[in-house]
Amino acid sequence: MLRYFFSRLVTTVLIVFGAMLLLFLLTAVVPGDPAVTLLGPQASPELVKRFVSEMGLDQPIHVRLWRFFANVLSGNLGVDVVSGRSVWSLVLNVLPDTLILTFSAILLAVVTGVPLGIYAATHRGSLLDNVLAFVSVAFIAVPSFVIAIFLLLIFSIWLDWLPVLGAGRSGDFWDAARRLILPTLSIAATWIGFIARLVRTSMLEVLNEPYIRTSRAYGLSERMVTYKYALKNACIPTIAVLGLGLGRLLGNAVFVEIVFARPGLGRLIYGAISERNFPVVQGAVLVVVVLFVLINLVVDLSYSALDPRIRRDGAGGSPV
Amino acid sequence: MRALAALAGILRKVCGTFIGATGFAIVLIIIAMAVFAPIVATHDPDQLDVLNRFAPPSAAHWLGTDHLGRDLYSRLVHGSTIAMFVALTSIILALSFGTILGILAAFLSTRAESVILILFDVISSFPSLVLALAIVSVFGPSMSIVIIIVAITLTPHFGRVARAQVLTLKNAPFLEAERILGASGSRIIVMHILPNIMGTLLVLASMDIPVVITIEAGLSFLGLGVRPPLASWGTLVQDGYQFLTDSWIPVVVASLALAFATLGFTLFGEALRDAVDPRIRPRH
Repeated sequence: MLRYFFSRLVTTVLIVFGAMLLLFLLTAVVPGDPAVTLLGPQASPELVKRFVSEMGLDQPIHVRLWRFFANVLSGNLGVDVVSGRSVWSLVLNVLPDTLILTFSAILLAVVTGVPLGIYAATHRGSLLDNVLAFVSVAFIAVPSFVIAIFLLLIFSIWLDWLPVLGAGRSGDFWDAARRLILPTLSIAATWIGFIARLVRTSMLEVLNEPYIRTSRAYGLSERMVTYKYALKNACIPTIAVLGLGLGRLLGNAVFVEIVFARPGLGRLIYGAISERNFPVVQGAVLVVVVLFVLINLVVDLSYSALDPRIRRDGAGGSPV
Repeated sequence: MRALAALAGILRKVCGTFIGATGFAIVLIIIAMAVFAPIVATHDPDQLDVLNRFAPPSAAHWLGTDHLGRDLYSRLVHGSTIAMFVALTSIILALSFGTILGILAAFLSTRAESVILILFDVISSFPSLVLALAIVSVFGPSMSIVIIIVAITLTPHFGRVARAQVLTLKNAPFLEAERILGASGSRIIVMHILPNIMGTLLVLASMDIPVVITIEAGLSFLGLGVRPPLASWGTLVQDGYQFLTDSWIPVVVASLALAFATLGFTLFGEALRDAVDPRIRPRH
């Protein structure tokens, strides 16, 4: 276990360094004068000058690379070229919003998807099983921003049940919760069907195992067999897929934040692109990558704790 | 001829299920629309008619008009050409690079193999859309950037599968026999390994089409992909979304078209996988 943990840790560090290198290289390969390209043609000469000295664009590339890594590792993500605030404080400001949205979406997907999957597996061929088979594919296929737009149109504009935009007034829990419903639903919709289908397939696989037959032969109740023995093993692939899918989920959150005008990392990056604020893009993207890699690490480790078979080969990276 | 017969057999299997047949029909409709766009469209997709903004569906404008009075149906038809072009070019690029890297990983030394695998891990560890945002922020939005980003993101997907397939094939008795007969490494790869792994890779490619359509539409929706006045499905949704308070028809029509296309390609891809090899893992 320790060896596996160690090799995963090394891969994770390598990935974060790779991401940092790539984000750094983007400033080095920009076409034309980097300061002018990154800030846009309207930037004032003073701004360009400040940007050049802050980003160290007048230095040779190896010095800049060294400075970038040293800064990031000491927790300095750079400075917003427009407002002069530190990128780290901008990110920290909106990070909770994105995390709340992402985790409430995962929670909703798991809480509804898992029971649906169990039901479909234990009632094979039933009406719900068939409907689920079609609906899950349909929701996996449709982009989350399209689902978001339809939810917005139906529940906020036509029915006028839920507030349209924003994250709500700070401190007002119910207002914030009401504004979280539609964004959460837009992201979770894709995942409910997907998780349900996954749980169904792995449950069916597990229910055919000899040990399940044995426990039935011992006279354990069907409930006990399904929930205590089958579900536990059927959960393993679900956790793995959730981990792998988190990148997509964060990507979905970006779109949903924009459709519903919610504050968050996605909107921060998007806004920074529109106003050509490259340090903010760089810093916020790096935070998203680190977040994503860390969650993947946790998922991987919990996955191997649940399923000892994975640890045995000891190799890091993705199981092919 | 044998390949054609095999293809016909696979398609017959795909169309044997309701889901497969529906998917195949939608795929055919969209491909036909994309190829024959100038004939299928009733209007010039960029022709403005500002007096006729937000016209409801009618005989003249089958799906109504957008905020500049352009014919929505014709714009949707031309959007399918862009979606198909982006999907095909980026998937062909990813398929080629992925296959080459995957085969190299399987044949080269363990060190080179781990370098390639780490490269794949690094690419897949980037949330692809966020990677796209960072790149677009530097190079500015354009269709070729979208194609390159999608190609890079999908390369590990094909590379890992190609490597795994080659590893299982590498020591097969028939390849051993070829080697003893004196066949060169490149001959073995081109004549024997490639034809054996292509089927699986093509199924994966078909399952990636809706993923690419979604990414392209998503980036264009944010104004970071295909630039106006080109009629991408993503820009159509964006245009409709911005004028939601004036008319809900454009956004609903464009979103439905996008959803219809991704759904059709997904259903087709899954049916194709079931027909060829149910063990191929879907992307997620």
